[in-house]
Amino acid sequence: MRNKYFKYNFNTQTKAAPLAVFRLLFGLMMFGSIIRFWANGWIDKLYIQPKFFFSYYGFEWIKPLGNYTYLLFLVCGISSIFVAIGYKYRLAIITFFLSFTYIELMDKTTYLNHYYFISLLSFLLIFLPANAYFSVDAFQKKKQFSYVPKWTIDSVKILLGIVYFYAGLAKINSDWLFRAMPLKIWLPSKYDLPFIGETIMQQDWFFYAMSWAGMLYDLAIPFLLLYKRTRLFAFFMVVFFHIFTRILFPIGMFPFIMIVSTLVFFDASLHEKIIRFIRSYILKSKTIVQDFKEYHFLKAKRKGIILFVGSFLLLQILIPWRYLLYPGELFWTEEGYRFSWRVMLMEKAGSTNFKIVNLKTGSSFVVDNTDFLTSFQEKQMSFQPDFILEYAHYLGDHFTKQGHENVGVFVESYVALNGRMSTKYINSKVDLFQKKQSFKHKEWVLPFSSEIKIKGI
Amino acid sequence: MFKKFLPFAFLIAIIYACSSTTENEPEIEDNFNRSEMLQNIADNIIIPAYTDFSTKLTNLKTAGETFTTTPNQVNLEALRTSWFTAYKVWQHIEMFDIGKAETLQYKFYMNIYPLTVADVEANISTGNYDLNSVNNHDAQGFPALDYLLNGVGATDAEILEKYTTATNKDNYRNYITDVLNQMNSLTQQVVADFKSNKATFVNSVSNTATSSFNKLVNDYIFYYEKGLRANKFGIPAGVFSTDPLPEKVEAFYKNDVSKELALEALKAVINIFEGTHYNNTTKGISYKNYLESLERADIGSAISNQLATAKSTINLLDNSFSIQIESDNVKMTKSYDELQKVTVLLKVDMLQAFNINVDYVDADGD
Repeated sequence: MRNKYFKYNFNTQTKAAPLAVFRLLFGLMMFGSIIRFWANGWIDKLYIQPKFFFSYYGFEWIKPLGNYTYLLFLVCGISSIFVAIGYKYRLAIITFFLSFTYIELMDKTTYLNHYYFISLLSFLLIFLPANAYFSVDAFQKKKQFSYVPKWTIDSVKILLGIVYFYAGLAKINSDWLFRAMPLKIWLPSKYDLPFIGETIMQQDWFFYAMSWAGMLYDLAIPFLLLYKRTRLFAFFMVVFFHIFTRILFPIGMFPFIMIVSTLVFFDASLHEKIIRFIRSYILKSKTIVQDFKEYHFLKAKRKGIILFVGSFLLLQILIPWRYLLYPGELFWTEEGYRFSWRVMLMEKAGSTNFKIVNLKTGSSFVVDNTDFLTSFQEKQMSFQPDFILEYAHYLGDHFTKQGHENVGVFVESYVALNGRMSTKYINSKVDLFQKKQSFKHKEWVLPFSSEIKIKGI
Repeated sequence: MFKKFLPFAFLIAIIYACSSTTENEPEIEDNFNRSEMLQNIADNIIIPAYTDFSTKLTNLKTAGETFTTTPNQVNLEALRTSWFTAYKVWQHIEMFDIGKAETLQYKFYMNIYPLTVADVEANISTGNYDLNSVNNHDAQGFPALDYLLNGVGATDAEILEKYTTATNKDNYRNYITDVLNQMNSLTQQVVADFKSNKATFVNSVSNTATSSFNKLVNDYIFYYEKGLRANKFGIPAGVFSTDPLPEKVEAFYKNDVSKELALEALKAVINIFEGTHYNNTTKGISYKNYLESLERADIGSAISNQLATAKSTINLLDNSFSIQIESDNVKMTKSYDELQKVTVLLKVDMLQAFNINVDYVDADGD
């Protein structure tokens, strides 16, 4: 028996305005992000200065391009503008997706969930007719479509919903809810905020309130945005929550990107108002292009695209659960931690030092990490096993090339997680130079031994 | 239309009000008072140590003048004594890389070792050198005096010859004078600057890269890791090299004082951690109390205990670390290992509790 709630009609058409406004704002936000990144000097600091870069498994061939890295950012920036105005849209969004993703794959030290989100979103946008309406493409071809298939806009909503909902699910754990960790560490250090810094930022009840509210917010917000009656309230929540976290934490453009993105949930009337406003006050254009009403994908391609986008979204629903395939504590081993919308869940830090041993004579020396890594890289490396392994191999190769013989690489590592005392992290008797990078469980990571266990999803 | 946007405007106003700076000092309730902590460290540790060092350095300069005017055995011994007395006090101030000390790169002119003897000898033989040059960091300060007073000859008689009968005896004397003048003038500037800017130092407690609280904590950990753990122990013991390097110990030419200097430095580290006043047993507010107020007394006692353990292993070493390294380096590396455990507690546990970054990476988080 088919319930009407579960029936989905892929032929339904809806107003194209929300998708067009989404494209415009997304492109502008991306352009702003690239400018900001460049202006902060981060291209040089993160991609030119370091001697060594941490790669994602399977993407070792992706490295910064020296001074051409600037060119890469330039291409990315220009393509984002093209996306915004909808000029040569398909080519622009493909270029944006490729250049942005290339940038993110250059060094995983800089991994952020929201960069991953942007890669996914721009990938999805490749397949959507976001230039059908209110775009330079439509203007040049003198034809636009004011209606697009409803599923195209829904797919964006689903992706946004996944991000929020999974971020909420990840917060259902004992550290977050019953120890108020890591907010209990982070919030008191905001003592220099005016008015709230020395007052509520120091209160135990506030850490718990924030933790619980954060969890409920993330879980509920996709649904509150979906229903018309709660939508405006939900949007207020989105604005408030993101700006509040922006004040507290160094999260750059992300809050604004999310605020702008959630506008896609609103009725087309809002987006049409925005478009009308831009037309009459910014473009001051009265040009009218012929409206062909409904946009339809080519018959030959339509099924393929729907199937492809559907599997893409299904994959997004599955990927965060891959951690279940690994034994041990997820927060400790971080096997399956990334790409799962686990945002702000951990305060984790480590001290990790490498010993180069001549396996025949037993003589050894300790490496000064600052000789090879930037302070940011050292910080990230110190508590993430895949970084530790990759760096161990780099050191082993480096010193072998320098003429050292029978090289073994051993590590002395201590890590502290969410306010627990630091404990030994890596088995210091294992020669990491002999261990291969893979998706398999890393048995040389010592088990999480704290008496305060982490229970939850 | 306007009605719809009214709540937005209201919201933005609230957020703006929350994020903009207000004139009134926030009411401090039951929170930890960082200013009071800095006050204790400044008034009872930094300033007394600076003042004492300044006095000891003046004495050293006077002893240097006496020796260079009349180089004889008595004056040589007096100069060595003053040198050592000042060197011990120096261990209490090397970690304060704040204000003028930072801008002048004070410590680079005072205690870079091992000394590059070739540079010192070249400077002396030409008589033409600029001690302000970066290239001469390792040719001046306490290590240069160590060499000039203890290392230029095998016996005291040979050493005195350099200042009495050698052809370039004047150059030797001048070098001592110049090194002492350099140390003294830098020290006067640093001490005066800190004293006059104390109020700023004490009140700069925000959680930013440039606040004195964060800088002090970072300097402290950096000094512990580099100045104490690595320079005094790790490097000479060969932890970072294939073979031990006993000639890299502090005060190599005087030789039998490296342990005393290291213990003095460790004492300085413990004093800051526990808030113990300089040359006194009274305790004021410091990092340990801050940890307690953050409900992390466990970290505080772990650090105190581990520092005590490190101290007792160091006590078992020979007065001369270079002799210790050559006779039984295992004891030396054991001391290093105990010190290393403190590094982890300071860098990982304490910094996590304070929620201060080791470095200031200004990239985004998520």
